[in-house]
Amino acid sequence: MVPVWLILIPLLTGLVSFGLQNAKAVKAWALFSTIISTTLIIAGIYFLNPSSLQFNATWLKLLGSNFSFKLDGMSKMLCLLTAASFLIIFIAINKNEYKNSKSFYALMLLMQAGFMGVFTATDALLFYFFWELALIPAYFLCSMWGGEKRIQVTFKFFVYTFAGSLIMLCGIIYLYFQTPNQTFSLESFYNLHLSNKQQYILFWLFFIAFAIKMPMFPFHTWQPDTYEQSSTGVTMALSGVMAKMGIFAVIRWVVPIFPEAVNHFSNIVIILSIIGIVYASLIAIRQDDIKRLIAYSSIAHISLMCAAIFSQNNTAMQGVLIQMFNHGIVVIGLWIVADAVEQQVGTRKLSELGGLAQKAPALAIFIVVLAFANVALPLASSFIGEFLMLSGLFQYNIIMAAIAGTTIILSSIYTLNMVQKIFYGNTVTLTEKAVDISGNIKIALTILVIIIIVLGVYPQPMFNLVK
Amino acid sequence: MNQLVYLIPLLPLIGFLINGLLRKSLSKSVIAIIGSGVILASFVISLVLFFQVKSSGGQIINYFNLINLDKLVIPFAFQIDQLSSLFLLIITGIGFLIHLYSAAYMHEETNEHYGRYFAYLNLFVFSMLLLVMGANYVIMFFGWEGVGLCSYLLIGFWFKNDNYNYAAKKAFIMNRIGDLGFLLAVFWMIAKIGTVNYTDVFAATSNFSSADITAITILLFIGAMGKSAQIPLYTWLPDAMAGPTPVSALIHAATMVTAGIYMITRSNILYSLSEVTQHLVAIVGLATALFAATIAIKQNDIKKVLAYSTVSQLGYMFLGLGVGAYTGAVFHVMTHAFFKALLFLGAGSVIHAMHHEQDMRKMGGLKKYLPITHITFLVGCIAISGIPPFSGFFSKDEILAAAYAKNPIYWGIGVATAALTAFYMFRLYATTFLGNFRGSHEQAHHLHESPSAMTIPLIVLAALSVVGGFFNVPEVLGGHSSLHQFLSPAITSEVVHEASHSTEYMLMGISVAVAVIAIVIAINKFSKKPELQDAQGFAKVLENKWYVDELYDNIIVKPLNSLGSFFKNIIERRGIDGMVNGVGKLVNYSARQLRLLQSGLVGGYILFMVLAIIVLIYVWINDNHILSFFYKYF
Amino acid sequence: MPIQYYIILALVLFCIGIIGVLIRRNAIIIFMCIELMLNAANLLLVAFSKMHNAAATANNTNVGIEGQLFVFFIMVVAAAEVSIGLAIIVMMFRNVHSIDINFLNRLKN
Repeated sequence: MVPVWLILIPLLTGLVSFGLQNAKAVKAWALFSTIISTTLIIAGIYFLNPSSLQFNATWLKLLGSNFSFKLDGMSKMLCLLTAASFLIIFIAINKNEYKNSKSFYALMLLMQAGFMGVFTATDALLFYFFWELALIPAYFLCSMWGGEKRIQVTFKFFVYTFAGSLIMLCGIIYLYFQTPNQTFSLESFYNLHLSNKQQYILFWLFFIAFAIKMPMFPFHTWQPDTYEQSSTGVTMALSGVMAKMGIFAVIRWVVPIFPEAVNHFSNIVIILSIIGIVYASLIAIRQDDIKRLIAYSSIAHISLMCAAIFSQNNTAMQGVLIQMFNHGIVVIGLWIVADAVEQQVGTRKLSELGGLAQKAPALAIFIVVLAFANVALPLASSFIGEFLMLSGLFQYNIIMAAIAGTTIILSSIYTLNMVQKIFYGNTVTLTEKAVDISGNIKIALTILVIIIIVLGVYPQPMFNLVK
Repeated sequence: MNQLVYLIPLLPLIGFLINGLLRKSLSKSVIAIIGSGVILASFVISLVLFFQVKSSGGQIINYFNLINLDKLVIPFAFQIDQLSSLFLLIITGIGFLIHLYSAAYMHEETNEHYGRYFAYLNLFVFSMLLLVMGANYVIMFFGWEGVGLCSYLLIGFWFKNDNYNYAAKKAFIMNRIGDLGFLLAVFWMIAKIGTVNYTDVFAATSNFSSADITAITILLFIGAMGKSAQIPLYTWLPDAMAGPTPVSALIHAATMVTAGIYMITRSNILYSLSEVTQHLVAIVGLATALFAATIAIKQNDIKKVLAYSTVSQLGYMFLGLGVGAYTGAVFHVMTHAFFKALLFLGAGSVIHAMHHEQDMRKMGGLKKYLPITHITFLVGCIAISGIPPFSGFFSKDEILAAAYAKNPIYWGIGVATAALTAFYMFRLYATTFLGNFRGSHEQAHHLHESPSAMTIPLIVLAALSVVGGFFNVPEVLGGHSSLHQFLSPAITSEVVHEASHSTEYMLMGISVAVAVIAIVIAINKFSKKPELQDAQGFAKVLENKWYVDELYDNIIVKPLNSLGSFFKNIIERRGIDGMVNGVGKLVNYSARQLRLLQSGLVGGYILFMVLAIIVLIYVWINDNHILSFFYKYF
Repeated sequence: MPIQYYIILALVLFCIGIIGVLIRRNAIIIFMCIELMLNAANLLLVAFSKMHNAAATANNTNVGIEGQLFVFFIMVVAAAEVSIGLAIIVMMFRNVHSIDINFLNRLKN
């Protein structure tokens, strides 16, 4: 029952919060909901009976689709990431004011429900259902709160990802007709014996949908715009969790179902990913907008994960699994900092900032830790992930690993650029009146920093979780 | 005692946490006591450990598994053996003296920054300890990156100054270029033998092909180039002078730059198996030594001279590593740690007295105002110039002798560099301490000897610079090469060169004579008439460091930036996003065009209807051909 | 008479109908052309029905006269259609004082 509750809790609390009137009550209610979810998933991982981690009920019998969920290692980790991320997001944005905040929080919770469903569903139709369910609140969140160009940008985001999803739906339906007794269950998909030719076509049907979601070069252009324009709370959820949906789906729905195609196309995908790493990093170096910079940095990191998946190597795969979690944590931290800076100073332009460290020393400490986590410095959790991924990629191809490895140089260039331009130097007129971050942001960032360092020094619990 | 090993790095870490988190509430003296105290405690433990290793040999202590996967196990383990225990002593010992010195030097800072400074310093020592104590390349890499981080934080310590921030960033990024090499070497080991533990790797050398070994050692050497500031990755080190002076002393003497030497010495078994890499190491080292020495001759900033001297001395150490004189290199690390820390701290004392004036042209005649600093600084200069019986002589001689055995040309360039070293050091000495004071009246009025917290480390270091050489007196001079014997279990691939005593005497004589001549010239030339005007001609090229920074800027930084801009503005906006938007526009456009068909004229609609019916009938008649096309693909 | 004659006649009628519908703008003429097409279909139905019936009687098997029945259906439907269609045309004339179908473009835009 655990997976069902993981979906139902945010779903129901989200629906309830549409009806709440008081903004404070909504915030408390949302926080309460995520605390329950987080507790439940932690309990599910460590204390509850393993049999409670599965759920199976007939749903659309006629179509051969079952209401079936399962929490395996990867799902556990990603559900933990989802629950913890939303908890941290709600803590961090607690002081922010949104117009019509009840809808904002309600939609956030509905989106969380969608994420949980995607990560736990073991039925293709159900998976598709939640995949879209997560997109719809995201659409409203992006188009109702955020920057000036949000409508236009969100429309692109929606159409782009939706088009990808539809292609995937074709693939799902085709696979459905291939199964011996016409079912959508994941297991029967795994047991299919598809010819190479079938695999080659179906692979792209699925992979393009996931590549758009990640996003991977060259399907990434919706991402910087969307991240820039939407309100930062939403961006945290999008890049912290939604981007992982793409990686997750490739691992769960592509690699085991189309092994031959993965083998056949691994070169193309890895080369695209590596181009993405270098390309996104170079663009990040030239960015002036904090949010766009983090967005491109995120593309570079996600691309590395994608390359690692396709190197078809156990070491790299382990790296990807834990990096999904680590990247989520780090990137949410960076967004929190970006949001704090924007709230304080009112601009996101690096060229207009400077000297914030004198005014906000606590924020400066957090950003330094997060920056070094972003460049995968040892003792930060992301190092372990990147180390394993690059190591696995190295076993696939030395040259590719060396080019992908330039990410550690390029990422340090853009990340340190950002830190320097925002925090160091003399204060400018805009930062003159800034004050340090409020308590709730401190709490959120402290939690993140502790997770980053603990998992950086002792990552074994994560490995055990995803085993 | 083994139970205490983990305390050596842990104590500085605790110091970092206390000073970092509570810096606002602690008083300066408490901060200084905690900051230096933890290092002193680590030093004491290291000392005990050293004697234990000396009597009963080294060991590996496993704590937990950092990474434990099916095929890959990377333990978090410390290796305490002769090599690491020696480095522990250098790091904690010199480190402690620098902490002590800093307590007085940084006293003008506010509480908050004072605490931050000591926190960073402790973290720096912690990282370096991790680096030398790790029992595998990954733990070493932890420390390796850790010192990069700390150098970034400390070089940019005064973060209001943008130039300092650039220097900090440059240091970190240049180090990262080297780090990529290091990482790739580690991946290579994992790919070939699936382990990164020193003992396992060195035991499994037979599993590597010779190409593997050459690749691994070259990649590791690229890492060392970054960290130990060798050509082509050396330009960050002189810029790293932006940090407070004791930090420079720490970077140059006890930590950071010696990491590359340590790593190659640690991997001596691998390096000895690759002739190519050894030549590369020797040549790069020699080139760096000479190149940096030429730059040092024309620098006017007291710290810049010392910085280039460090680059040059590091080149010497790599020469030693390249010719197989691993012990010689380690020995030079040790003596260099003594006299370079001394010189930097002495320079710090001068800068302190001069109220943060670093230009030598505005100094002069400081001999009578700063007696202790003067004497100790002079000791340092003599030691680095290689005059017997000061420590620099013994270590430099050992490297030069080994170089001679390998190739006399190496030796010749080495001696020339030694002459340049003596020349620029005494140029520095003469310009600063001899002659007349050239600063403003106000500065002259405030000239004073530094407080005892600063002079005591100077005296201790001066004493060590004098006697440091006696730890490893070669047999030709009647010693026992004790360091040699001590390190022999850890350095198994040492090349023992046999040379007759007369050759050795001759080599020593030449290098000492050359150094003495250089010193005499320098003192004569600069004590009365220091170079005050700007350099002309070739000297200007030297003063501008051969324009290497400008070169890098033009061939690497600017092209990268413009490539980034090109991607951002052209490819991304016009190309990829243009394509995506193009699809949208196409839909929009075709919709607009198709809308025209909806003319509202009933006749038109009927025409379409009729045409459509005709097409449908055609399809119906030929359905086999058309439908089979779909069946074929779906 | 061979069946081909009927088919050709029906085709000619049908084509006249189509062309009339396509090129004339007078709603009543179009209407008449539609009737013409319907009647071409009717003619075919009757012709085929007769042909099949003749063949069946020769073999002494029972074949119905469904084709001819269909013609009645069509005639009924056509009558209903005419009543509605003419009503529309009358309404149209009242509104725009014309029965030119090119004036029927109000739904455009």
